[in-house]
Amino acid sequence: MNLRRRLLNPWLIFTLGVALVRLSVANDYYFTLLNIIGINTLLVVGLNLLLGYAGQISLGHAAFFGLGAYTSGILTATYGVSPWLALPAGLVVAGVAAVLVGVPALKLRGYYLAMATLGFGIIVYIVFNQAQVLTGGPSGLSGISSLSLFGFPLDSPERLFLLIWPVLGVILLLSANLVDSRLGRALRALHDSEAAAQSLGVNTSRAKLLVFVWSALYAALAGSLYAHTLKFIEPTTFNFMFSIKLVTMVVVGGMASVWGSLLGAAVLTILPELLTVFHDYEVLIFGAILMVVIIFLPRGLVRGILDLWEFRRYKKEGGTFPVS
Amino acid sequence: MTLSFGGLAALTELSFAVPRGIVKAVIGPNGAGKTTLFNLITGFLTPDRGQIIFRGEAIQGRPAYAVAMRGIARTFQLVQLFDHMTVLENVMVGRHRLTRAGLFGSILRLPAMRREEAAIEARAWEALEFVGLAGRAHQPAGFLPLGLKRLLEIARALASEPRLLLLDEPASGLDQIESDRLGEMILALRSQGLTILLVEHDMSLTMEVAEEIVVLNYGQLLAEGPPRAIQKHPEVIAAYLGSDWQG
Repeated sequence: MNLRRRLLNPWLIFTLGVALVRLSVANDYYFTLLNIIGINTLLVVGLNLLLGYAGQISLGHAAFFGLGAYTSGILTATYGVSPWLALPAGLVVAGVAAVLVGVPALKLRGYYLAMATLGFGIIVYIVFNQAQVLTGGPSGLSGISSLSLFGFPLDSPERLFLLIWPVLGVILLLSANLVDSRLGRALRALHDSEAAAQSLGVNTSRAKLLVFVWSALYAALAGSLYAHTLKFIEPTTFNFMFSIKLVTMVVVGGMASVWGSLLGAAVLTILPELLTVFHDYEVLIFGAILMVVIIFLPRGLVRGILDLWEFRRYKKEGGTFPVS
Repeated sequence: MTLSFGGLAALTELSFAVPRGIVKAVIGPNGAGKTTLFNLITGFLTPDRGQIIFRGEAIQGRPAYAVAMRGIARTFQLVQLFDHMTVLENVMVGRHRLTRAGLFGSILRLPAMRREEAAIEARAWEALEFVGLAGRAHQPAGFLPLGLKRLLEIARALASEPRLLLLDEPASGLDQIESDRLGEMILALRSQGLTILLVEHDMSLTMEVAEEIVVLNYGQLLAEGPPRAIQKHPEVIAAYLGSDWQG
């Protein structure tokens, strides 16, 4: 039993899985797809901390993703800065932007954050398009340099895989730690009842701002990695539709589930690749998935099914099903 | 401690004190301003005029979390649990004010944070044992029946080791057995020297546990004194208890 539990450790499975994939995949297309899944998972975990755990909606995460990507892209392509300096610069830019958006929006309750981030996302998208001198405008920014590790250039999808997935593993571990800590509990608490959280000493505005900025940093990290992976970026990648896609990934994978983030990102990154139908009706299909899951399983697909199953266990003890 | 307000429509020129180590009950008909009073004390509302003094410090107008940090814990008339967290985790949130792990300590699982976490959990178990919910520690709180939800709310408040505990109608929705158990718990806390301010409609429970009673009517202080005196107070009987009420 103990051995079995040890073997079922998700971190062990993750590490072995990544190693196994690395050994069995031998095709650049698949490595690129896996890298995109890894990057999307980074975004989704970050958004999940905010949306799934703390219950705060951001409709502008594509913008933070874009700020990370463009900061890295512009600094390395135009100014020849080292990618390892450009990456933290991207974090700083996105972090500062998140503070500027978050401070006024999070003082108010309700959907102000959703509105503010929606507006912010649109503004940033317009800037990417219009600031042609810096960003290259709608035709995109090319010539972004590769990352390198100890003088070893990470210039192929296969080599990048060896950076992105271990980084993702660390981020997942840090996120799981966060969720199961004093701060993580405070975030989950304010999601369920802001009044009760405050009555126990949780400074809810501050906690919400902290997790909002923190999740924007994940997005910026993902953006930098994205820019160095594709070496070319264009504004459409970072539009409003992508923010909605990220929310859909969180919802499908499961709100408040670190591992669900990986699932949601993987499924909704692979699905459009498999089904060509998807390309024509992408907006419709993502919209429909989002709507159906939110209406019937507000805590997300996986989480919602687990909840129903758990409830069956406790029903006989006279419990009530919580209103979600 | 002195608590005084004035000018608020719901409560007018109300002033009374809760001495340390006393169980004091606030009673009065619906709409008398009892819950408003609690919301004022705990920082969810701000009085138009007047002061709320806690341990020599004016706390009116401070945000609710800051009031909680000073050691005032409360329960809610409509139970406010963290439904999607386990029973144990709910109580662990109660330790928030006494612990300090921040973002980096949390994500890196630093040794100091691990020790703090172990201590949080140990104290949470003690609070659960006290209210008799240890057997349900790993269930989601939202799945509990109402009576147990009320107990959990009390355990959560107790985990914060409050200097003053406010209980807002803790017996409402409880059956007789549960409410008797609640009475015993309040008496146990009283004997430990905890200061409690209680709003309750169940008169036999109130008379049993309270050492002092404040009667509110239309936001004004109608009477104040020990239970025996209150039961005999003619105005109280007329306004609230009803002429047919027997102590």
